[in-house]
Amino acid sequence: MADTTVQSAPVAGSSSRPSALKKFFLHNLSAKVAAIPMVATVLVVFIGCTIWTIYYSFTNSKLLPTGKFVGFDQYERLFATSRWNVSVINLLMYGAMSLVLTLGLGFLLAVLMDQKIRFESAFRTIMLYPFALSFIVTGLVWQWIMNPTLGLQGTMRNLGWTNFTFDWIANPRMVLFALLIAGLWQGVGFCMVLMLAGLRGVDEEIWKAARVDGIPTWRTYISVVLPMMRGVLVTAVVLIGSGIVRLYDLVVALTNGGPGISSEVPAKYVYNYMFSGGNIGQGLAAATMMLLTVLIIMVPWAYLEFGGKGRK
Amino acid sequence: MSQTATMTGSAPATGGNTATDPRGPRPKPFFTPKKIMIYTTLVFFTLYFLFPLYVMVVTSLKTMPEIRFGNIFALPSAPSFDAWVKAWTSACTGLTCNGLSPGFWNSVKITIPSTIVSIFIAAVNGYALVNWRFKGSEIFFAVLIFGSFIPYQVMLYPLVILTRSMGIFGTLQAVIVIHTIFGMPILTLLFRNYFASLPQELFKAARVDGAGFWRIFFEIMLPMSLPIFVVALILQITGIWNDFLFGVVFAGPQNYPMTVQLNNIVNSAQGTPEYNVNMAATVLTGLVPLIIYFVSGKLFVRGVAAGAVKG
Amino acid sequence: MQPSVSIKDLSLNFGNVKVLDRLNLDIAQGEFIVLLGPSGCGKSTLLNCIAGLLDVSDGQIFINGKNVTWEEPKDRGIGMVFQSYALYPQMTVERNLSFGLRVAGMPKDEINRRVARAAEILQIQPLLNRKPANLSGGQRQRVAIGRALVRDVDVFLFDEPLSNLDAKLRSDLRVEIKRLHARLKNTMIYVTHDQIEALTLADRIAIMKNGVIQQLADPHTIYNKPVNLYVAGFIGSPSMNFISGSLDGATFTADDGTKIPVGAYDFAAQRTGASKAVLGVRPEHILLGDAAQGMPFQTQAEIEIVEPMGSETLAWTKVAGIPVTFRCSSDIPLHAGDKVTVGFDIARGSLFDAKSENRL
Repeated sequence: MADTTVQSAPVAGSSSRPSALKKFFLHNLSAKVAAIPMVATVLVVFIGCTIWTIYYSFTNSKLLPTGKFVGFDQYERLFATSRWNVSVINLLMYGAMSLVLTLGLGFLLAVLMDQKIRFESAFRTIMLYPFALSFIVTGLVWQWIMNPTLGLQGTMRNLGWTNFTFDWIANPRMVLFALLIAGLWQGVGFCMVLMLAGLRGVDEEIWKAARVDGIPTWRTYISVVLPMMRGVLVTAVVLIGSGIVRLYDLVVALTNGGPGISSEVPAKYVYNYMFSGGNIGQGLAAATMMLLTVLIIMVPWAYLEFGGKGRK
Repeated sequence: MSQTATMTGSAPATGGNTATDPRGPRPKPFFTPKKIMIYTTLVFFTLYFLFPLYVMVVTSLKTMPEIRFGNIFALPSAPSFDAWVKAWTSACTGLTCNGLSPGFWNSVKITIPSTIVSIFIAAVNGYALVNWRFKGSEIFFAVLIFGSFIPYQVMLYPLVILTRSMGIFGTLQAVIVIHTIFGMPILTLLFRNYFASLPQELFKAARVDGAGFWRIFFEIMLPMSLPIFVVALILQITGIWNDFLFGVVFAGPQNYPMTVQLNNIVNSAQGTPEYNVNMAATVLTGLVPLIIYFVSGKLFVRGVAAGAVKG
Repeated sequence: MQPSVSIKDLSLNFGNVKVLDRLNLDIAQGEFIVLLGPSGCGKSTLLNCIAGLLDVSDGQIFINGKNVTWEEPKDRGIGMVFQSYALYPQMTVERNLSFGLRVAGMPKDEINRRVARAAEILQIQPLLNRKPANLSGGQRQRVAIGRALVRDVDVFLFDEPLSNLDAKLRSDLRVEIKRLHARLKNTMIYVTHDQIEALTLADRIAIMKNGVIQQLADPHTIYNKPVNLYVAGFIGSPSMNFISGSLDGATFTADDGTKIPVGAYDFAAQRTGASKAVLGVRPEHILLGDAAQGMPFQTQAEIEIVEPMGSETLAWTKVAGIPVTFRCSSDIPLHAGDKVTVGFDIARGSLFDAKSENRL
C-alpha cells in the first residue's frame, strides 16, 4: 500500500535537497491523504469562506457578489437600520436572560438530582428529551400552546379565570419571554446533564470533609463545589453562548420575527438579506458582525483556557 | 487533657441509661421539608417539560370542532388518527398538498448518507490526529474546533457559491457535503479523544508487525471503536434530522427535509389553520429523534456530554 | 476513666451485605488506635460511622460519654483527615483551615488564634496564602491535619492519610503524626492497610476482617501472640511460616512425620488428646548454625534461594517438607545449595487449631 513508499523514499532520493522536499510530501503520505477533507474544510470553509465574507461585506453587492469596494458603507447602513438594531438588542436581552436562566436552572436541577432522589433516571429522561427535538418542533408546539384564543390562555379563560393572560407571542413587549420559555424548555435539560456530570465528578471526600467541618449543604455547593466546577461552567457558557448567537430556527418556527419586527434576531436578518432581500453586501456585513460577537466571547475564553494551561 | 477532665465530670449523667439513648439508624421521617421542596420543584419542572409533549399528542388526536371548544388540557373525546393521515399524505405546504411524507423521505435520504460520510471522515481524522501526527496537524485541529464556533451565517453564502460552481447546489449532495463539513469538528473531537484513550502500545505493536495506515485503521481501530460509533451515530442522526437551515438553503425545494416541510405546513399554509393536523405533523417530525432518544437512553446522554467535554 | 470513644454492638448493612457485625470497641482517652485490615474489611466504614458520615444500622456510638449515634459529624467533637486530603481547592490554606470556624460564626480573634496555633504545630506558616494546587502531597496532608486541629476536638480520625504519598514522604509524615500525638495527647483513630504504619504508630491495633475485629491488642502482642491464623498471616513481612500437622501432648508431628517438641509452648488453655494443628514460626525466629545449637528443635536444611536485602538476608529452604523462609544477618555468607542447621524455640512460635484456626 501507499505506506511502502514511506520506507523506500529515503533510499530512492538519498542525496540532496529534492529528498527533503520529497520527504515532506511522502512522510506519512496516507495520513496526509486521509486528512485532506479536514485540511480542505479548515482552509476552504472555516478560513476561506470567512475571509470571503469579511471581504465582500465591504462591497455594495446586491444580487450577486460582484459589487465594488465601498468601505464601511454597509456597516453604516446596518446600524442605521432599525430592524438590525432591534435584532441586536433582542439578541442581547434574550442572550443575557437565556444564559443566566439556563445556567441557574440547570445548576439548580442538577443539585436537586444530586440529592439521592428516587426515579433519578426518569427525571433525567424527561428533562433531556426536548434537547433531542428540532427547534422547529419546539417552536411550533409552543406556538400552539401560546395561541391566544385556543391555547393556554383561551383554556384558562374558558375555565373561569377571565383575566388570565398568556399572550406573550402576540405581544411585542413580551415576545422575547415567549422565545425564552421555549428556548429554556429545550436547553435546560442539557445544561442540567452537564452540571450533574460536573457535580458527580467532585471527590466524595470533599463532601465528607465539609460535613465534618459543619458546612451546611447549600453553603458547600456555593462555596466549595461550584468553584470546583469551573471547567464545566466554562464549557456550558461557551456552548450556550454559541447557541444563542446562532438562534434562528426557533424564531422562524415560533414567531417568524413577529409581531412586526419585535422578535427579529441577527441570524435571521442575515438570512433574509442574503436569500430573499437580494442585498448580499448587507447580509454579509451583518454576518461579519455576528462573527465579531463570537470572537468577543471566544477570545477571552481561549485566553483563559490556553493561558491557564501555559501557567501549569 | 483539661477537656477530658470536664467531660468525665459529666459522665454519670449519661452513663447509665443506654437503653433509652439513641440507638441504630437516625430516625428519618418520610416527609421532611427538604424532601418536600426537592420533589415539589422536580415535579413542577417535570410538568413544564412534559406539558408540550402531552398537548402535542392530545391535540393531534382531536377534531377541529373539539379544538375550537378551547381546552388544550382535555383528552380527546374520540381519539382519531385522521389528522395524522392528513398530515402525512395531504397537508398543504403552500405550493403542493402532498403532506409530510415527501419531506420524511427526503430527510431519510439526507440523513443516512450524511451520517455515514461525516462519521467515516471524522473517524479517519481522529485516527490520523492521534496516531499519525504530521507537521501542522494539531494546528489544523485547533482551527477546526475554533471554527465550529463561527456562526453558520458567516460561511453560508460563500458555500452557496462553492456548491453552485461545483454544480451540486440545490441537490442532496450539497446538503450531504455541508453536513459533513459542519459535523466534522465535533465528531473529529469525539474520535480523537476516543482513539487517544486507547492504549498506544496497540498501535505501536501493529506498526512493528508491518501494518500500514489503512490496515491499522480498518483492522485494529475500527473494531475497537463500536461504542464511540454508536455515540456519533446518535449525535449525527438526531442533529441532521433536526437541521433546518442547511436544508432550506442547500437542498432545493424538491429535496426539502421534513423540518422545512413541517414549518411550511404550519407557518405558510393558507386558510383556516388546522391545529390538529399541525400538531400531528409536529409529532411525526419529532418522532424519529424521540425514538432514538428513548431507545439509546444513557448513550444519548454520553453523546451530548461527549460533545461538551473538552479534550 | 471513662473511654474516649465507645462503640456498642455496632452493625451496618448495605442491603443484605453485613459490613459491620455487632462490633464492640472501647478506646481510652489519648489512645492511638489503628484499624488495620485488607480493603473491604470494614475499617473505613467503621471510621465513617464514628465520624457520623455513615448511618449505622444498629448499635450505639459514645464519644466522651455522650451518645452521638444520631449526632451530625460536626457535633461529635471529631476532626477527620482523608486519604485524598479533601482540601477545598479554590481556597487558600488559611481559608481552608478557617472555613468551618467562620461558617460556625466563631469570633475572628479566636479563629486567628487557632489557625496560628495549628500552623505553628504543623509548621505550615509559610504556606498560609497558597492554594492547595501549589502544595506538595506532604504539605497538603499537613494542611488537612491542620483542618482537624483547628476544630480543637478530642478525637482525631485518620482515613488512610498517607496512602497517596510516596514511600519516603510516608515514613516522614508517619513520624510527624507520632510526634503530633505525643504533643497533643488526643485520642486518635487511624485506618490503614499498611502494617508498618500500624505497628509503628499504634498503642493498640484492631485487626479487622469481614466487619469483625479479629484481635485488639498492642503491637507487640499482635506480632508475637496472634490470636488466630488470619492475624498471624496478615502481620509480618515476609509472613509467618506455617507447618501443618497434628498435636498430641507435648509433641507436634508435621505432616511428613517430623516431630517437634512443644513442651516449652505457653498454651492458652489446658488441653488433652490429639488434634490437627498448625505451627507458625516467624522468619526471624528461625536461627542458623551455631545459634541454632541450643534450640529445642533443630534440623538440617538445604538453602534454595537467597535474597540479600542489604541489612539482612532472606533465605528460602524446606523444613518438614514445607517451604520456609528465614531471616538472618547479612554478615552470614549464604548461598543456594548450602546445607545448614536451622532451629527454633517453640516458645516463640505459635500453635493454632487447624479447624477453628484459633491460637492454642
